[in-house]
Amino acid sequence: MTEQPREYAQTKAQMKPAFYATKPTGATLFLRTFFPWQVWRFLWINFKMLIIIHKSHKGL
Amino acid sequence: MARVVVLGAGISGHTAAAFLRKWLGRNDQIVVVSPLPHYNWVPSNIWVGVGLLKPEKVVFPLAPVYRNHGIEFKQARAVALYPEGTDTDASSAVEIEWTLEAKAGERERVTYDFLINATGPKLNFAATDGLGPGKNSLSVCTADHARETSRVFLELIERMKLGERKRFVVGTGHGMCTCEGAAFEYAVNLEFELRAHGVRDKAEVVYLSNEYELGDFGMDGVRIRRSGYVTPSNIFTESLFAERGIDWITRAHVKKVEPGRAFYETLEGEEKEISFDMAMLLPPFSGVGLKAFDRKGEDITPRVFAPNGFMKVDADYQQKPYEEWRSRDWPRYYQSPSFKNLFAAGIAFAPPHAVSRPRVSPKGTPIFAAPPRTGMPSATIGKTVARNIVDMIRGGDKPTHTASMAEMGAACVASAGANPFTGTAASMIVFPIVPDFERFPEYGRDLDYTMGEIGLAGHWIKILLHHMFLYKARLRPGWSLIPE
Repeated sequence: MTEQPREYAQTKAQMKPAFYATKPTGATLFLRTFFPWQVWRFLWINFKMLIIIHKSHKGL
Repeated sequence: MARVVVLGAGISGHTAAAFLRKWLGRNDQIVVVSPLPHYNWVPSNIWVGVGLLKPEKVVFPLAPVYRNHGIEFKQARAVALYPEGTDTDASSAVEIEWTLEAKAGERERVTYDFLINATGPKLNFAATDGLGPGKNSLSVCTADHARETSRVFLELIERMKLGERKRFVVGTGHGMCTCEGAAFEYAVNLEFELRAHGVRDKAEVVYLSNEYELGDFGMDGVRIRRSGYVTPSNIFTESLFAERGIDWITRAHVKKVEPGRAFYETLEGEEKEISFDMAMLLPPFSGVGLKAFDRKGEDITPRVFAPNGFMKVDADYQQKPYEEWRSRDWPRYYQSPSFKNLFAAGIAFAPPHAVSRPRVSPKGTPIFAAPPRTGMPSATIGKTVARNIVDMIRGGDKPTHTASMAEMGAACVASAGANPFTGTAASMIVFPIVPDFERFPEYGRDLDYTMGEIGLAGHWIKILLHHMFLYKARLRPGWSLIPE
């Protein structure tokens, strides 16, 4: 008995570049809007931005 | 007494005028020439374009602000520069044409001791057949464009609620566009609003870009330390699109837009097309088309301006291959090499070259992102130019303060959904903007200061920046304490 050729169905999803992209896990998505964590990130990002502003004004 | 004329009242010109007024004496005269009567906080146009903000929330009239602060305002567009003056009057001058209704079309010569060209870009929709408002695509470049875009968007939402399916194409309308960050921001905001209106399942969103990879943003992308790896920005951008079901097409030069259909060439040389129900496609930029004349009236435009219309400053404009680009090619003082009293600030100066690697299709079409000049560097450049002019008015013979984009960073917050509890934004900090491979050999940037992340905190920062910078632009008490 000959083996039937195996069919590879290329799904619509596989045709799109998004299929090959990384995707966030549930924990990452949760942290993106988890209030206490985001309050900390708000402070941290602002701090980082202030450093960059300071460095960018060194020529002044 | 000195007279400083500032052409343009965008982020750079307005910042320069405000600091000139603050630092110079009352006997010195500051004149702002701008064809529009209002100031527009452009980064928030995104929210106007999806119907979240009224245009009135992102603009305010300039005349009362300037009147209250002793700045003369002429609502007019600059037509020609006479840096050497004329045979009859040796004073440097700029010829303007009024756009104020009562004086529309009238011409006037305004003499100056120093001039800052902060005219920003010409939105060059004409570079692509059928591109732009009034033709076959939409834009969020101005508050009025964004208002029209929101009207179309909200109409389509109503039709989707009746069961119709729609395709939205968002991106760049030419192979040499810049400002991909704005297109990215509009795409994710639009997707967020489709979900908020309960019609996401009826919509297909496609991002169409001239970038080589997503996340290039005209900066050749950035590298970010994250989860134990140094990761390129395309990974994060692709991830954000994939998670939201936004399809993307990169390396595309849109060459023609017809009603409901865009035709584009890919970097591989293929000719393709995509149909749409709504397309928000940004135009490429060029200079505003100012001319320059010498004392005898001879045209010296090529001496003062680059072929793309942006003004030549103290950059190295020698043509050289990508491998030989250096961070020191970029200007530090923004002073015209031909005229010491002539400066350019913000988008109006001619960059020496792109930041992203230039690429050309087999048909010879250049398809790569042009260099970005966002709000933060534009404002810093405006302030630095103002400082140098003040010093020169007080006796300095040359500018000493610098604001090279290869020595300054930029913070950019791209909204990805406007809701105080469920919204997010991508916060990105890059240092320096123009990569410096001599200081940072591996990636061209300092990874201790270059970062990016997505979260609700970014949305709060975007809201904070919206209110803070509009407060500052209105020159309310303490405005100068708010950093650029």
